[in-house]
Amino acid sequence: MIDTTTTDGAAVLTWDMPGRKQNVLSADSLAAFDAAITAALEDDAVTGLIITSGKRDFIAGADLHTIERMAAGGAPPENADALSKILRRLETGGKPVVAAINGTALGGGYEIALACHHRICASAGRIRVGLPEATLGLLPGGGGTQRLPRMIGIQASAPLLMEGKQLRPAEALAAGLIDAVVPAAELLDAARTWLSDAPRSVQPWDEKGYKVPGGGSDSPEIARMFMVANAMYRAKTYGNYPAGQAILSAVWEGLRTTIDAGLLIESRYFASLLADPVAGNMVRTLFLGKQRADGLVRRPADVPKLRPTRVGVLGAGLMGSGIAYAAAKAGLDAVVIDLDLGRARGAWRYVEKRMQRAIKKGWKTAEQREALKARIHPSTDYGDLADCQVVIEAVFEDRGIKAAVTGRADAVLGDDVVLASNTSTLPITGLAAASSRPERFIGLHFFSPVEKMPLVEVIVAEQTAPATLAWALDFVRALGKTPIVVRDSRGFYTSRVFSTYVTEGMVMLSEGVAPALIENAGKMSGMPMPPLGLADAVGLGLMHQVGRQTRADLGDAAPANPSTPVLEALVETHKRTGARGKGGFYDYNPAERSKRLWRGLAGLYPPVETQPDVPALIERFLMVQAVETARCLVAEVVQTGEDADVGAILGWGFAPYTGGPASYIRQMGVDVFVARAAELAEQFGDRFRPPEANGLAATLERS
Amino acid sequence: MPECFIYDSVRTPRGRGRPTGSLHTVTPIDLAAAPLIALAERCQLDTSLVDDVVYGVVEPVGEQGGDIPRIAALHAGYDQGVPGVQVNRFCASGLVATNLAAAQVMSGQADLTIGGGVESMSRVAMGSSSGAWATDPQIAAETLFVPQGISADLLATLYGYSRADCDAFAARSQQRAAVAQQEGRFDRSIVPLHDRNRVLLLDRDEHPRPDTTAAGLARLRPSFVKLGRDYGFDAVALQRYPHLEAIEHVHHAGNSSGIVDGAAALLLGTAAMAARIDQRPRARIRAFADIGSEPTVMLTGPEGACRKALVRAGMTAGDIDLWEINEAFAAVVLRAIDALDIDPDRVNVNGGAIALGHPLGATGAVLLGTLLDEMERQDVTTGLVTLCVGAGMGTATIIERVQA
Repeated sequence: MIDTTTTDGAAVLTWDMPGRKQNVLSADSLAAFDAAITAALEDDAVTGLIITSGKRDFIAGADLHTIERMAAGGAPPENADALSKILRRLETGGKPVVAAINGTALGGGYEIALACHHRICASAGRIRVGLPEATLGLLPGGGGTQRLPRMIGIQASAPLLMEGKQLRPAEALAAGLIDAVVPAAELLDAARTWLSDAPRSVQPWDEKGYKVPGGGSDSPEIARMFMVANAMYRAKTYGNYPAGQAILSAVWEGLRTTIDAGLLIESRYFASLLADPVAGNMVRTLFLGKQRADGLVRRPADVPKLRPTRVGVLGAGLMGSGIAYAAAKAGLDAVVIDLDLGRARGAWRYVEKRMQRAIKKGWKTAEQREALKARIHPSTDYGDLADCQVVIEAVFEDRGIKAAVTGRADAVLGDDVVLASNTSTLPITGLAAASSRPERFIGLHFFSPVEKMPLVEVIVAEQTAPATLAWALDFVRALGKTPIVVRDSRGFYTSRVFSTYVTEGMVMLSEGVAPALIENAGKMSGMPMPPLGLADAVGLGLMHQVGRQTRADLGDAAPANPSTPVLEALVETHKRTGARGKGGFYDYNPAERSKRLWRGLAGLYPPVETQPDVPALIERFLMVQAVETARCLVAEVVQTGEDADVGAILGWGFAPYTGGPASYIRQMGVDVFVARAAELAEQFGDRFRPPEANGLAATLERS
Repeated sequence: MPECFIYDSVRTPRGRGRPTGSLHTVTPIDLAAAPLIALAERCQLDTSLVDDVVYGVVEPVGEQGGDIPRIAALHAGYDQGVPGVQVNRFCASGLVATNLAAAQVMSGQADLTIGGGVESMSRVAMGSSSGAWATDPQIAAETLFVPQGISADLLATLYGYSRADCDAFAARSQQRAAVAQQEGRFDRSIVPLHDRNRVLLLDRDEHPRPDTTAAGLARLRPSFVKLGRDYGFDAVALQRYPHLEAIEHVHHAGNSSGIVDGAAALLLGTAAMAARIDQRPRARIRAFADIGSEPTVMLTGPEGACRKALVRAGMTAGDIDLWEINEAFAAVVLRAIDALDIDPDRVNVNGGAIALGHPLGATGAVLLGTLLDEMERQDVTTGLVTLCVGAGMGTATIIERVQA
């Protein structure tokens, strides 16, 4: 696992875990590392140590499956300080240690390098260095919160620790994370040369008179930094994410004392995060679940892989242009068809608009923009679709228009070309009926802005062939996005569940809950936007129209929507259609880029005397979405809790600290969830009526 | 229980709290010693009789640290047997020091004490003593810490005090202070300060701007917009008050208390000691109280402190003839007046800290002296001093004139 070879006094400890692509920190590998260090430190023939890796990467950090299991445990694990203790022995062993970073060193891997007395990195462009633990809901528990600020200063280390930024070798060198960058072939020689120069074997923070560069956490400048950092973190997270809080604390408390006391403080915070469900939730969904989704778990296996090079987009509106832009960014050509060339060129204007700021700031160049535009081919001629492997229909949400463009596309497309509809609401099976090739018809529900949103909901209609699904998934991956596979039904999964959040906000308003309280509770629940603000952004007019369409389609079978009266009042009576109209729940001041709640709401829905408390509102927001998710699971609209969780967090930003609505249910316990939902249904209406517990429990077990 | 009487009260003038201020070259020790020297002279005091000197200091660090009242007493030429103790309850420190000095008398453990306070804000800046509240990430999160200026704007938002309300109040504070200065109403208590060559440094409060108008104040930019919007503090405040949509930023340098240097002290003791050293008691300490309230809005403490002190005194707000409510921010006083339903014409009749300045550790003692002087001038009986205090606290003291 760790091979040690000693020449001329230099012991090279090479991490090379058998049977794995990467070196990870596990109980086994740590024990082997510990033993190798002990042997080298005790061996009189060894005068210095070199730590490197036999893999493409250096050391990848903790094994995420282990983290998820540890984090689900409830009690703080006893061995959370294992790495920290080993590394402290390494840096105080009396022999100089150099890290020869031959590949990516993240998290625990970089913490090993931090505990060395010198860090040399290969110059390969693929290499990343950093401490991304915060993005997993964790803190660097192997000394990262103590050594990095002691090395480069508290101020400089704060963004690296809090945001988990990963740096390329040149950036890492400039920021002081590493001491030298050399060509990969010269890495070990450089390490040996450093050792042969009789280097220091004591860390700066173990030297007498050591001072933290830029001031310790008790200096006035750093105190001010903490005051602001505390507020900004709280403002951003509403107390829902303990990791950043723990990182700030480990630095604040640890940097005013010795390294040994600091490491102890860090270990305690690390253990407390492992005992908290948030880290496990985030690892499970945002990493393990997303990884499986990106590995296309639902792809029919025996279909040859599609490597798309050219896609067609019907309609150069917001979504069509966004899809074309995303395709161009992924290196594909995109043919964009619209009624006339002027409209079709909307896709170019979209790219120009989206890149404007980046170019102004110097992050992107005009040349890059023109190169992307050159991949986008505006046209009015359906014949131009002939060479495309996938065509996406993104015209207005109207069955007639959709049927017309589907027919025109079908006429020119080859047998194997996938035709996808980007509808967000209309059932795919119905749209497929307009196609002469329903087996090649599928739903690809993109989110706006397409180039930024990571999820695509892939909707399988009744007649969709397995190969069509497989190729649609291949296409989604070619765009670098994460797919979830969903069975065809009204609203599919994401729109159906997401809309319950917005609806609940409107219901609260009609109950007389103060609008600001609704909005703040929405944000405090962990949703990325408040419900009424979100309704405005989606468009009240659009939502009202979708509701009318549903009622027209389904008649009496249409599900009762308690937000209908609110939408009617706003849209029809007061002509308030949302952010893009004259305003909706908010008044907008474009000049100041600000908005304030419309004062008229108080007259329409006078706030009741006794307002509910925030936890009660947060519970309603999360429960209403969880109940709808539970229904989708039981009806097999989504296959597994993991799909539901990945789709919810990547699709509409469902409170990530929960791990997603299925994790939220599981953490509460299915029985508790069902009982509580039933109570809420009595109090607030049937939208909270849960599915039967046994059935739900069984679906949550599916994988 | 022995009663505690105020024999006399003195204070330094308040100098602008910056390097160009008239008292900037006076060290905190000199500043702290000045009222002690004045008391000893005015009262022909045998200082060996003083049981304790209790001083409020909000930033007790550096040259203002290390138990400044003991060293100031020695520096003032007091007998070496006189001990000193510093206390800190943020902005109420000077009043709390006086209360604790009185409490020693009322508990029968002392006969003659001095209560007061000092703050050289031009030399030891606000925030110098740091602390965990704002910076310790655990504590800041638990308490939903916001800086006091954000709290003041939050208070104004919660109770609907507009920018115009606050500016009008501030202009009135300036006008009242101007009248008080013209008529010499502060002269009885002020001890002029001189340099070591006996050259006069300052003999009147130098912070007021008598030509201030509400219209002029309306032109000033609010002070806490950046802190609130860019640094996240508005959002933190809204997490405590989620029924608010936004914080209205109404406070600025012109309707908030001034930063100044100053010190004050009151001589306190029993009736028997007054007779023994030939002092005529001017007022009796009726009651005092401290409370804590919600720390994010922070500045609603006066109401609770006043109610608690009034109950202890067996009084109601209507029984108080004159009020001094510290003008930390305009909205604080507007809210206290409304909450306690008191007549604004009986409040801060000689202006307040918006015009005159707020030397943090000394202000409570300054206000007590100002109140007593005014009660005598108007020949009324009862008065109450109250201050809002950081972290949501409040302090109040009720005094009553002694008819000779």
